[in-house]
Amino acid sequence: MSTQEREEGRQIRCLIAKVGLDGHDRGAHVISRAFRDAGFEVIYSGLHRAPDEIVQAAVQEDVDVLGISILSGAHNTLVPKIVDGLKEYDAFEDTLILVGGIIPDDDRDDLLEMGVGAVFGPGTPMEKTIEFVRENVHDRE
Amino acid sequence: MTVTRTESALVDDLLDGKHRALARVITKIENRSPGYREIVSALHAHTGAADVIGITGSPGAGKSTLVDKLAKAYRDRGDTVGVIAVDPSSPYTGGAVLGDRIRMASNVGDMDVFFRSMSARGTLGGLSTATSDTVKALDAFGKDTVIIETVGAGQNEVDIVKTADTVCVLVQPGSGDDVQMLKAGILEIGDVFVVNKADMDGAERTVAELEEMIHMRENPAAGLNTGHHGPVDEEEMAQVAIDDADEATWDPEVVETVATDATGVEELIDTLDDHAAWLRETGRIDNKARTRYAEEIRQLVRSDTAALLEEVIEARGGIDALADDVLAKETDPYTVADELVAPVRECVDEELER
Repeated sequence: MSTQEREEGRQIRCLIAKVGLDGHDRGAHVISRAFRDAGFEVIYSGLHRAPDEIVQAAVQEDVDVLGISILSGAHNTLVPKIVDGLKEYDAFEDTLILVGGIIPDDDRDDLLEMGVGAVFGPGTPMEKTIEFVRENVHDRE
Repeated sequence: MTVTRTESALVDDLLDGKHRALARVITKIENRSPGYREIVSALHAHTGAADVIGITGSPGAGKSTLVDKLAKAYRDRGDTVGVIAVDPSSPYTGGAVLGDRIRMASNVGDMDVFFRSMSARGTLGGLSTATSDTVKALDAFGKDTVIIETVGAGQNEVDIVKTADTVCVLVQPGSGDDVQMLKAGILEIGDVFVVNKADMDGAERTVAELEEMIHMRENPAAGLNTGHHGPVDEEEMAQVAIDDADEATWDPEVVETVATDATGVEELIDTLDDHAAWLRETGRIDNKARTRYAEEIRQLVRSDTAALLEEVIEARGGIDALADDVLAKETDPYTVADELVAPVRECVDEELER
């Protein structure tokens, strides 16, 4: 992509978030790097964030994509809090939410129904995730 | 400028204090999406109230941590804060990992600290325009203090910190001898110097070296009285120094901090306040604003004419075709440039004759 193109075009911004008491951030780091190399702007939250912090960051940074990495099994409590927070600030509609990590099959549909765009489990090829973001990032006026 | 309905709604929402609108306006500024110019012009009338502070220093000096503690201290005294953190982007993919937010641990869940990460998107001079426009958005939103954080002291960074009224340069102990301080314009841009990690070995020496360098900046003749040139009248030397200096110069201060536990942050804020007060008392604040607006106008005119000429280049078959002609020795870069600028020149000549 040339400088000229970038100057005019829209840059995809992502927030990669680690929520709750879950210290496993290798996946989050790997995805941050992959997104950066795909030409996205990535903001990494750091470890042990509260849902409020994630909402604050997503709203202020006006990200297109919010990737939440959870390997602790607490997704059923944490993700709804984030979704509600985004709604409170009118940011839910145009933020593509992705959840990555260890999510049991039974919980996937609930998350998708809640408004999560996709759930990516272990072993998902990086290209697939990047492709999904490019195709599904929400339109904005 | 005409403002369309969505844009004016966005401006109204921003002025009403809606965080989402502020965030979206900044995105538009960064992307230069259609309508961003109208938005920034609409906001201009509402700006001018915020103190703008620029913080720069080498990677790892502790800028983000210090900004976090500064923001906390400002919040404790009731001020609202906006932070713009600029990080580099990859010149190859345009991608970036913006990590300054990780350090913002003291202001968790406090929406009155509006923190925004920005990447240097590899645009010539574009970043300083985007930064100063973002400052305007935060100012119009009603932030009392706006902090711009940026790495290094290269040309781009100097342009960015020029957006600030008060520039704070962070130095860490043991960052080299005094020759390093002479480099890269570090000394010229700072109004306040902060020796961070002041609990580390060598902090005192760094402070002393900085003090000495600053002293030399005020009085270039200092230390030159080595006795080789006969006796020098001390009084006369002092007189020269005073004549040289503007009657109202700011004495850059050196402050020691330990950002990780907020040591010295209060003192730093007092110094920043002193500088802001000095700017207002001496009327320097208006001079600064005037210089800044002049530069902004120039920058806009440059990029706007460049965009116009880009269209001319496209109409002539694109830059690659033109370069090929030069490569084939059919023409040369100067002739090509003359031809491309000719339509503009004609218009200008016509305009001036009238």
